[in-house]
Amino acid sequence: MTGGLARTARRVGRFGLLAGFVGFLAFPFYWMLITTFKTTQDLHNTEYNPYLFHDPPTLEHLRTLFEDTIFLQWLWNTAFVGVLVVIITIVLAVPAGYSLARTTGRWGQTLGVGIFLTYLVPPTILFIPLARVIAWLGLQDSLWSLVLVYPSISVPFCTWLLMGFFKAVPRDLEEAAMLDGLSRLAAFVRVVVPVSIAGILTCVIFTFTLVFQEFVYGVTFITASTNYTVSVGVPTFLVRGDVYFWGSMMAACLIASLPIAVIYNLFVDRFVAGFTAGAVK
Amino acid sequence: MIGLKDDETRLLPLMLAPAVSYIALLIGFPFVLSIAYSMTNISVGTTELKFVGLDNFISVVGSQTFWVALKNTCIITLVSQVFVVGLGNVLAGLLMADFTGKWWVRLLILLPWVAPISLGSIGWLWIFDSIYSVINWTARAIGLLGPFDWPIWLGQPDLAMASIIIVNVWRLLPLATVIILAGLSSIPQDIHDAAHVDGAGFWRHHFEITMPLVLPITLIAVLFGIVFTFTDMIVVFVLTRGGPYDTTQVLASWAFFTGIQGGDLAEGAAISLFLFPVLVAVAILFLGVARRTEVT
Repeated sequence: MTGGLARTARRVGRFGLLAGFVGFLAFPFYWMLITTFKTTQDLHNTEYNPYLFHDPPTLEHLRTLFEDTIFLQWLWNTAFVGVLVVIITIVLAVPAGYSLARTTGRWGQTLGVGIFLTYLVPPTILFIPLARVIAWLGLQDSLWSLVLVYPSISVPFCTWLLMGFFKAVPRDLEEAAMLDGLSRLAAFVRVVVPVSIAGILTCVIFTFTLVFQEFVYGVTFITASTNYTVSVGVPTFLVRGDVYFWGSMMAACLIASLPIAVIYNLFVDRFVAGFTAGAVK
Repeated sequence: MIGLKDDETRLLPLMLAPAVSYIALLIGFPFVLSIAYSMTNISVGTTELKFVGLDNFISVVGSQTFWVALKNTCIITLVSQVFVVGLGNVLAGLLMADFTGKWWVRLLILLPWVAPISLGSIGWLWIFDSIYSVINWTARAIGLLGPFDWPIWLGQPDLAMASIIIVNVWRLLPLATVIILAGLSSIPQDIHDAAHVDGAGFWRHHFEITMPLVLPITLIAVLFGIVFTFTDMIVVFVLTRGGPYDTTQVLASWAFFTGIQGGDLAEGAAISLFLFPVLVAVAILFLGVARRTEVT
């Protein structure tokens, strides 16, 4: 039957297209992986087919990365800043999101949209004045400068995301708890927060990922290499003049990217709900 | 009604206040400061601030680099968004089907968006390397490049622009795809069935049913794409540092090199404020889309 043939052809076509997309999007990471395990000699011989290993795979670049650079320190810095920024973000965004969700009339929605719009103000507009603010506070070159400033990116987005989440929690739930004698605040903490853990967790992941990704403020406020985060340290410090330590750099990029990608993938539908501003149910 | 004591009227604003104050202090205040700085002579070493009116803006607009940077910013944003929307629609369509291993495919597709863009760009820096570029090697191996052709991706202005656009498409395609995918999945199956029953062919179905329904959400993907590309300095910073000879400079990277590395805070602030009108336009459009989807 021609119908069957056409269907098969369409299937093959779809598969080919999809393979092309995956190839384009994932290739740089595949290339990082190959580069990580190749000897420098192998990397630097233009006669060799770059897709193949001519020398046996080596762990030398990983050794260099962990023993001769302060990559581990950068990872630690990133985690340190990440945890604190997550805490600040949750403390600010959870009550704010709830407040907006329960504010009746148009005010709640309007304020919510207003807060969300501040998410669109990029670091590249604010970094120059913020650099002065950080200098006034005596926080130059300190990780605390990042702890202070990063929530300005995560709080607007998370407040917006949580507003949507809390709106989905029926009011009856709190009202029943309040009938049982809890104050509104206690009802919120003991009844609403526990059923919204998924939303709060989404914000935690979003914020932590953001701290891993952020570059502009990091490169503006921090000049001492021991205080870099991963995303700033690798592109600025592993390049010495004209010498690029490609093997170690690619290893660093891969190590810093993969774990957060896996976690992010688990939550992606919820982030999308945030980005689409509830336009999709 | 329960809870409509002063408890109710005071508690909600009180819960909102910390977040709003924080946003006002760390977004609102610096923004005002940025405008103020752009009208002074402030630099890293200034001891006496002087009001200079619009002098910084006049000097910025009088610089040739400004026009190059403005043009580059617009070209990079427009061209990359055209590709992102086109490819994103195709990819989202492909991902509508169920197949085994979809979770892994989605993970691979999302990688460029989730990985820190500074690190992703470093990966591309290696791919575009002047001597060891795998693109050139592959192109030569399959006969696309002659034995004496060896394009220097980041060293020739046109190719460097193309490289920056490629990396931006690569980075933003995943976000656009998942947003459009969410739009596609939200169309009720009934509508597809009805179209099928009424005998709409593949193209008619696609252009007259599916496309109009995902248009608002595609627009949202585009708006985010515009904001993220227009205001980005990381890709240019890592790949070319604006070179060769400022030919690939964009507004954001130029503001960084002038204001932070060059120490001329006033002029840097003036440059980055040129990003603002586009953001306002995007915000207005965004509100329009949000309002329209609210009504329906």
